[in-house]
Amino acid sequence: MIVASRDELTELDRQIGDGDHGENLNRGFQAVVAKLDGMQQDPAQIGDVLKLVATTLMSSVGGASGPLYGTAFLRAAKVTGLAELDPSAVVALLEGALEGITARGKAVPGEKTMVDAWQPAVDAAVAAADSGADPAGVLRAALDAAEEGARATVPMLATKGRASYLGERSIGHQDPGATSTVVILRAAVAAADAPGE
Amino acid sequence: MTSPQVGDRARIALVLVSHSARLAQGAAELAAQMAPGVLLLPAGGTDDGSLGTSYDVVSAAVAEGLVGTEGVVVLADLGSAVMTIESVIELDDTLDGRVVLADAPFVEGAVAAAVTAHGGGTLAEVLASAEAAGSTFAQSAAGTADDAFPVGGPADQLAGAAGVQDDSPGAPRAVTLRNPLGLHARPAAILARLVAGYDAKVTINGVNAASVLEMMKLGATGGRELVVAAAGRQADEARDAAIAAIEGGFGEV
Repeated sequence: MIVASRDELTELDRQIGDGDHGENLNRGFQAVVAKLDGMQQDPAQIGDVLKLVATTLMSSVGGASGPLYGTAFLRAAKVTGLAELDPSAVVALLEGALEGITARGKAVPGEKTMVDAWQPAVDAAVAAADSGADPAGVLRAALDAAEEGARATVPMLATKGRASYLGERSIGHQDPGATSTVVILRAAVAAADAPGE
Repeated sequence: MTSPQVGDRARIALVLVSHSARLAQGAAELAAQMAPGVLLLPAGGTDDGSLGTSYDVVSAAVAEGLVGTEGVVVLADLGSAVMTIESVIELDDTLDGRVVLADAPFVEGAVAAAVTAHGGGTLAEVLASAEAAGSTFAQSAAGTADDAFPVGGPADQLAGAAGVQDDSPGAPRAVTLRNPLGLHARPAAILARLVAGYDAKVTINGVNAASVLEMMKLGATGGRELVVAAAGRQADEARDAAIAAIEGGFGEV
């Protein structure tokens, strides 16, 4: 999923960033897949997997997105010391991820960053869990809101991150970080929907 | 001209995190000239040496800095350099309280921290020294050295009552700066290290002689008169040692 989206992300990043976001994330998640494949036995808890993802992304994704996504997965790992996720655990995972990203990047909604996808995703996940959705339903609600949030970054003026150096020229492009957030959540939904997973 | 601490191992190491390997190395080189004996670890660039920051490069430097020391103070330049070191600290619980990121300008903070580390400073002291460098830098842009002496020059300070010399401990004494380049980085660092070895607070033209940056911003050039004063248990010894260093021209004349 990430691999398939590499070119799309790199193209978006080339427009308003330094053109390496897709390449960086692709390298990072390839490394994650290799690590997971190389494990002798299945991890006992969801948090173990997320921590492995966190450490791998930190050291294999360059730029700011390594620490940002790395911290997101790390904080998510801290609240998911569980064998399985119920709806409220999915919410806690997403909230942990958002908290990690804002702790590291200090961005708030409206600055044309990945927070513009994560914040609506978390809000939608909370609402879905409250209205009785199952774990996959909570994730789908988060994905839908993230997609909408990412689209809403198009007319925004970037005031945080690399694209902010472009000033007015950042307007009219969808933020690469918000877009990769959608890609990651889409992969999570696909995994949750996959039979036997 | 050495302080009593020279030869002792500094308790604190520095890690310098930059997007540029050469910038990190350059900052380490500059700080090392003023604080030989402090472990200064540049952690710049990505794994393959291009521009960026690497989690692995930074965490390896932090681990190296903790070998045989009490702690590591980290200086970082821009955005993702800060995020990377914060991530390194967050991911490893054993670093808590032993590795700290200074909220300080990269070069000025590195120099100030290195000199304090050289003087035997603790983690908190080295961190504070780095963080004070930011405000020192801002002040130096706002005023000139002579602002410290609004009434007359340094000599007027000394005159006191009708030229009678004050013999109280650490009382001000005038000395002429002999080396042609004046109180530039290297002599300022020598003085800062020297006074750190005494139980006394020494001032030169009213500024803290333990601070390299404060002294450099005096802009004192060769031939200029400096007023050295001290307070504390070893006031006289500290003042006289500083005067001797200045009179000796810091080995440059």
